This record gives sequence, C-alpha cells and structure tokens, in this order.
Amino acid sequence: MELKELYQEIILDHGKNPRNKGRCNEFNSDAEGYNPLCGDKVHIYLRVGKYKEVQDSSFEGEGCAISLASASILTEIIKGKDYNVAKKIIEDFLNMIKNETKITINSLSDEQKTTLMSLSGVKQFPMRVKCATMAWHTFNTALEGKK
Amino acid sequence: MNINNVKSEFPILQEKLKGKPLIYLDSANSAQKPKSVIDRISKFYKKEFSNIGRSVHKLAVTATNRFEETRDLVKKYLNAKSREEIIFTKNATEAINLVASSYGEKFIQKGDEILLTELEHHANYVPWHFLREKKGAIIKFAKCNDKGEVDVDDIKKLITSKTKMISVTHLSNVTGAILPIKKIVDLAKTKKIPVLVDGCQGAPHLPLDVQELGCDFYAISCHKMYGPTGVGILYAKKKWTDILPPYQGGGGMIEEVKKESITFPESPTKFEAGTLQTAEVVGFSESIRFIENIGIKNIMEHEKKITEYGIEKLKRNNSVKIIGEPKDRGSIISFTIKGIHPHDIATILDDDGVAIRAGHHCCQIFHEKIGVAATARASIGIYNDKDDIDMLCKAIDNCKKIFKI
Repeated sequence: MELKELYQEIILDHGKNPRNKGRCNEFNSDAEGYNPLCGDKVHIYLRVGKYKEVQDSSFEGEGCAISLASASILTEIIKGKDYNVAKKIIEDFLNMIKNETKITINSLSDEQKTTLMSLSGVKQFPMRVKCATMAWHTFNTALEGKK
Repeated sequence: MNINNVKSEFPILQEKLKGKPLIYLDSANSAQKPKSVIDRISKFYKKEFSNIGRSVHKLAVTATNRFEETRDLVKKYLNAKSREEIIFTKNATEAINLVASSYGEKFIQKGDEILLTELEHHANYVPWHFLREKKGAIIKFAKCNDKGEVDVDDIKKLITSKTKMISVTHLSNVTGAILPIKKIVDLAKTKKIPVLVDGCQGAPHLPLDVQELGCDFYAISCHKMYGPTGVGILYAKKKWTDILPPYQGGGGMIEEVKKESITFPESPTKFEAGTLQTAEVVGFSESIRFIENIGIKNIMEHEKKITEYGIEKLKRNNSVKIIGEPKDRGSIISFTIKGIHPHDIATILDDDGVAIRAGHHCCQIFHEKIGVAATARASIGIYNDKDDIDMLCKAIDNCKKIFKI
C-alpha cells in the first residue's frame, strides 16, 4: 500500500481545482449519488444529444480529494463522447478499479489513459474504492436517464 | 495497576503496522481489549462453556453462575438497586430499541412528544423515529449551542404536557460535551417524565452511580468499555421493568407456554430472549475488574490530561479547527483541516500508524447543523499517552505536506 500511488500529483490537482464544477448549460439529464457511510455527495449533470452522445457534462458535490478528482476527471474525459464510447470508458474504468485490468479503449489519448489510471491506486485502499467509483455509477445512471 | 503501564496490558498495541507502532485514537468507536478479557473468553470456552439457565449438568451450572456473577458485578459497578435492573442486550443500540419499543408500545400515543438533543447518535434517534412512524409520536430536538453543549434550559423550553420521554446522551461522541444529566433528571422528575441516558461514551470514561443520577434508563456499550463486542447493557429502574412488556419473544424469556396463552417471568429474564452472548458477557466481567483496578477517577484524570494536551497542541496548528468547545468535556477531539477532507486525513494518518475516525460519526443532525458533512475525530482511551498525541500531530503535518498546505 503506497500512499504516493493514491495521492498522485494529478489527483491532488483535480481534487483542489475540480474541472466542470456546477451545472452545465441546458442539462437535460441528471442523477445524484450519495455515500451514507461518509456523507459524500455527487450530482451529475449531462446534456445528452439526439443519439445519446454526451455533449456536455458537469458535477456538483462535496467529498474527499479522491471523489472530487474522480468526478472532475470523469466529466472532463467523457465530455463530447458518443454514447457507446462513453459506456465503454465507464465500463473500462470500473473494471480497472475492480479487477485491476487496463484501460483498453482506443479512442482515448495516452494522456487521457494515464489520467484515468492515476485513480487505480485506490484499489489498494478498499475503504476508499467507493470514493473513486461513486461519480461513475452516478454518471451511468444519468446517462441512462434512470432516476 | 498503574495507568502509565497500562499499554502493555493490550496485546494489539504491541503489534506493528507496516513496521510502525499502532497509535490507536479510535476508542470512542470501539476500545481495544486487555489481555485479561481476551484470556477470560478463551478460558470460558476451554473449561466452562455451556448454555446457561437451561440444563442441569455441571457445566450448565458453572456457566450460569459465571454469567450471573457478571450481572452482579455490573449491578455493583453502576450502583443499581437490584440485579433485576440489569438487562443484557447485544449492544447499546438494542438497549435503546428495547425501551423505545416496549415503553413506546405501552405509553406512547399519537401526538405524544419525545425529547432528544441535536447531539444524539443515530442509535438514540432512529428507534424513536420508528415510534414516530408507527404511533404518530412527535420528536423534538433540544438545540446544541456554539460550544457543542446542550443547556438544560434548552431542554426545559421544549417540555410540554405531551412530553413522554427525554432521551439524551451522557457524553457527545462528536463534541465531547458532557451533558448535565443530574439537572436534566431533576427537571424531568418535577414533570414526571422518564429519562433515558445513552451512556455509550459516558460509561467508559465517567464514574457511574445510577441511583445518584436518578435516570430511569441507562444504555451501555460494553465493547467501548474495553470489553467484548456483542454485549450491551440496559439499566432500567425496577418500576419500569415490572410493567414494561417483553421486547423480543423466544426461548428463555417465558414462564408458561400454552396453546391459548403465554406468561412471562420477571426481569431480567423476560427481556433476554434466546441464547445470549454467554462468553462475551463473562469476558466483560474482566473489563469491569480492569477498570476498577485502575480506578475510574484515575482514568478520568489521565484522559483529561491527555485530551487537554491534545487540544492545546492541535490549536497551535493554524490549519486545524477543533469542533466544539464544551466546558465540561470528555476525551473526544473532533477537528477539520482547511483544504483536506477528513477521509483523506484518516487515510494519510493511517499510513503513519495513527488510527482515527472520519465521517459524520453517526451524528448527521449535528453535522448538518454546523454545515460540515464530515469531521475527523481522535478519541482518547485509557492507554493513550502524550506520545500518541505527538504522533497524531506529526501525522497531521504529513497530511499538510502531501496536500501542500
């Protein structure tokens, strides 16, 4: 268990200065996530197009560095992606946290993959896994329009 | 036993985590166990175990005697009037649920009021909420002031002719405030309102005399008193145990069972359904002996000294904000660090071997009031010393270094 793997520069940066904070313009789908164990909250806002492509995404929420960084990285990377690509990124990410698999999707740049993988350190800290995954599950709910 | 050598009595505190000594500052959550308690449970299983109160063989007699001796010890420790007033439960939560359920069933009608405080643990709110749902009771919360205390006047203000129960914590598990129980009970007596005290944090740290306190019910969590998990105690005045209906039904708690009707024995039997946590209850007798050996007044004094040292030292750190400033306080220090979420603090401290708790500590009402979703909490027990506080402060500096604060 290495603390440095969890609190990497990139996570601290996103945690301190989260991107896409607030409600994005003309959002038409949203979902809320809540961790009753610690009280962390996340609210995902999406503007989804005709073909369910993610035109814009943002979030509101409070929580630890890991949960804020995760929501920030998520909304940054999925913004502008087609529905199928967005789904695959979410699937890859959750698999990476759960099963230690790598991010395989081709449509991401190496830099984006590195950014996503920076969150994989959380698997060494079982009590903190939900901090990293909650925004992703919530995003999925918003994307599917399930309330 | 000298309190300064007490650490060596706790096997887990001799363990190293990743090569670092364990600095355990989470006793308000659950306390560690001295060797005598661990050994007692082991010995009971090896030499004395059997189910209690049922069979006539020798082991059953021995086990029953050991179990009931613990009840006598608890009675004496709490200065209860009779052993019928000591009911074993699985935890303090169940003790409060027992009262809410049995008292509620018999005495609470629609529109009756239950008076709690904003400092209560969920265990002293949710059981009453069930009554609100089931019976249409009203729950009122006496306010907690800026210092994290509850003033008896704020309880007085909320009492009406409809108030049927006052249920308050003895010692807040977030701000550390010790509530003026005696004054609350005196006030309640003039209005003939029963008082339940959630003693989860009070019992391990404060001298207890239920007759002097005068409360009707007192709930205890044994695992916070250096005892085994799975055991709680409900002290209930005999006038209540005589008239309250049983809580759960099952074996052991009956007198006579017929197809048409069932009768029940007296307390405590009628409230102790099924096979209880026999070995754990017997193990708890050693927790009481352990506390009595050191002396609760010595424990209180020691913990006060370490807590004051901790507060003083944390206050010197500009980024740290201590939550609550009660005049009368127990050994609990909740705090936040500007720019670092409590869960990040807890994870980083853990890497230095320092175990604290982060979150809302099952007190969401209080956290909502102060507008903070979570806090970090260092809670001090019998075995903590100034070195532990120094390590805590060093680990906090490490947090700030990682977060560049």
